[in-house]
Amino acid sequence: MYTQAMDTAPKEERLVVRSVDDAVAEERFEAALDRDEFIEAKDWMPEHYRKTLVRQISQHAHSEIVGMLPEGNWISRAPTLKRKAILLAKVQDEAGHGLYLYAAGETLGTSRDQMLDALHAGKAKYSSIFNYPTLTWADVGVIGWLVDGAAIMNQLPLCRCSYAPYARAMVRICREESFHQRQGYESLLTMMTKGTEAQRAMVQDATNRWWWPSLMMFGPPDDQSPNTAQSMRWGIKRISNDDLRQKFVDATAQQAKILGVTLPDPDLKWNEARGRHDFGPIDWSEFWRVVNGEGPCNKERLAERVDAWNDGEWVREAALAHARKRTGDQRAAA
Amino acid sequence: MTPSKTDQANAQAQAREWPLWEVFVRAKAGLDHKHCGSLHAPDPTMALQMAREVYTRRQEGVSVWVVRSDQIIASDPADKAMLFDPMEDKVYRHPTFYELPPEVGHM
Amino acid sequence: MTAVASIEIKAAPAQEYLLRIGDTCLIHAQRLAEWSGHAPILEEDIALTNLALDLVGQARALLTHAGAALGYDEDQLAFLRDERDFRNATLVELPSRKGGRDFADLALRNFVLAAWLNVLWAKLEASSDAEVAAIAGKAVKEARYHVAHAAEWVVRLGDGTDESARRMARAVERTWPYLAELFEDDAVDEAAERAGLGPRRSALRADWAALVEPVLADARLAVPEAGQFRSTGMRGVHSEHFGYVLAEMQVLQRSYPGGVW
Repeated sequence: MYTQAMDTAPKEERLVVRSVDDAVAEERFEAALDRDEFIEAKDWMPEHYRKTLVRQISQHAHSEIVGMLPEGNWISRAPTLKRKAILLAKVQDEAGHGLYLYAAGETLGTSRDQMLDALHAGKAKYSSIFNYPTLTWADVGVIGWLVDGAAIMNQLPLCRCSYAPYARAMVRICREESFHQRQGYESLLTMMTKGTEAQRAMVQDATNRWWWPSLMMFGPPDDQSPNTAQSMRWGIKRISNDDLRQKFVDATAQQAKILGVTLPDPDLKWNEARGRHDFGPIDWSEFWRVVNGEGPCNKERLAERVDAWNDGEWVREAALAHARKRTGDQRAAA
Repeated sequence: MTPSKTDQANAQAQAREWPLWEVFVRAKAGLDHKHCGSLHAPDPTMALQMAREVYTRRQEGVSVWVVRSDQIIASDPADKAMLFDPMEDKVYRHPTFYELPPEVGHM
Repeated sequence: MTAVASIEIKAAPAQEYLLRIGDTCLIHAQRLAEWSGHAPILEEDIALTNLALDLVGQARALLTHAGAALGYDEDQLAFLRDERDFRNATLVELPSRKGGRDFADLALRNFVLAAWLNVLWAKLEASSDAEVAAIAGKAVKEARYHVAHAAEWVVRLGDGTDESARRMARAVERTWPYLAELFEDDAVDEAAERAGLGPRRSALRADWAALVEPVLADARLAVPEAGQFRSTGMRGVHSEHFGYVLAEMQVLQRSYPGGVW
């Protein structure tokens, strides 16, 4: 799962001093982008482009890994064996997506451990949607419907990102992602159409809590996103935050009708003239609060990841020690 | 030349990280192995098993190769022009270069 | 809020025999799932979930088949039976990630169980019950891989660092007392063997030891002396841990009467 706010990162200083070779290489790079050609791992690229990609790809990867936790919270309590298997497989896919993305990041001159260090030290961001708690089983279905739905909208354009290793990872991810939204929606549909009154109330309650945070997944409004233009130029971003958000609202409003849930926005209304839905104002102060670490679960989520990593240190070390023993590798262990 | 503190730190960090492996999967008999990504593993046996876990969950393949990433020798992108452009004007290597009268039939 | 009442089952020996295997797979998968998002490395997180999914699949097949004779489906059996009607080996209900055990315990538990299931499924391919034989035909392939993967971990941890060796030795100490139950017979085993349904548990020991002992040797782990302790989960008398496992697993079905999921 991917999300917002990749363009809220601070603006980098551009290198002013360049050699003639660099200038020529940069012209070639720009020309390739103009022709909508892919940039591969060892191709020349501006340092700013490389740094932006490392940040975006690694934060995307972190989001997948942290994103395992809210739904993982319900695996042991899944209400049927089929739902347990489905949820296990879905959360497993998120791990796989994180893995593909870390791999893509590693083509840019960083390592998975370095990227993880940044996450664990609180220096790297991840999608703030995962800082909300999953309080009921219906939250799992709603996450599939709304959060994966939003993620898919964000992710599809990335399949044509100019940086090819990232684009290829995204193609793989999008192929696997299609079941994620369907399984969530289908779970909700079952509860709404065949379930009890109590189950329906559970679904409506979950919808009420996840709707606005899902809209925030598309990031701040375009007029407050300073890095969008540069990212668009580099083929890292293809569609603006507001445009994606609008697409999402239009698709989801219809899906909500079929489910029989009310979206918690009294201003949500079809606008015949615009051919789209109008919707109410988003509370951006909540968004910034959560992005900046003060959401309901920020500390818990990060602590769980840090604990898992630290608790696993002796395991990783043992595997390496064993490998060195067996191959007679003389490099000193750390 | 003594290694800098950063070099030493990097070397130590590298020594603690599981090596990186590239994974190639053959979708079915008759096809080539295709590169599908990478993963970290401590040794060849685990690399193969992890490749199975990570890259073949949807019946993507019947055969898996793993290679340590640092064993791959790759052409330098900067040499693209030198290595590959000269092939552009050797069109006589392509069958379509040769025009034959239709009476010859399929050749 | 009304809670849903438990179902009562009256299992004949044949169904008890199958429930012992199915419940063991189910509860082992339940504990395994605790590691999702918490494994030492991403690749192993994915591997552990594959293991859990295979086990859930095996459990579902057996519960469905045994349930057919009892008039209950897989979910009724999983979510509405009381503790005393579950027949899993005590070993699988012991704490895992959340109960002060570590990855060494997990690796060892995975290995000894995978070896047990491997031997069992291989023999069940010859079951007089065609459905059981069919389930076994599929499961034995999964079990073969589970043994291979788990063995790699036992060796790497047993013969890795001093710390990992220490943790593995502790895991062996904590695990071994619970193995006796996997190899001792009672009336249910005798009935199963007579009917050709499947092997008695004691018939599994030799093949299991042949799988396990070389790996432990490779891992430089000593096999403890046999003790007098006997766990009794397969007879429906569980440990103090099991109530908590079921409370978590069954909570939604219990608190949503008539729920459709």
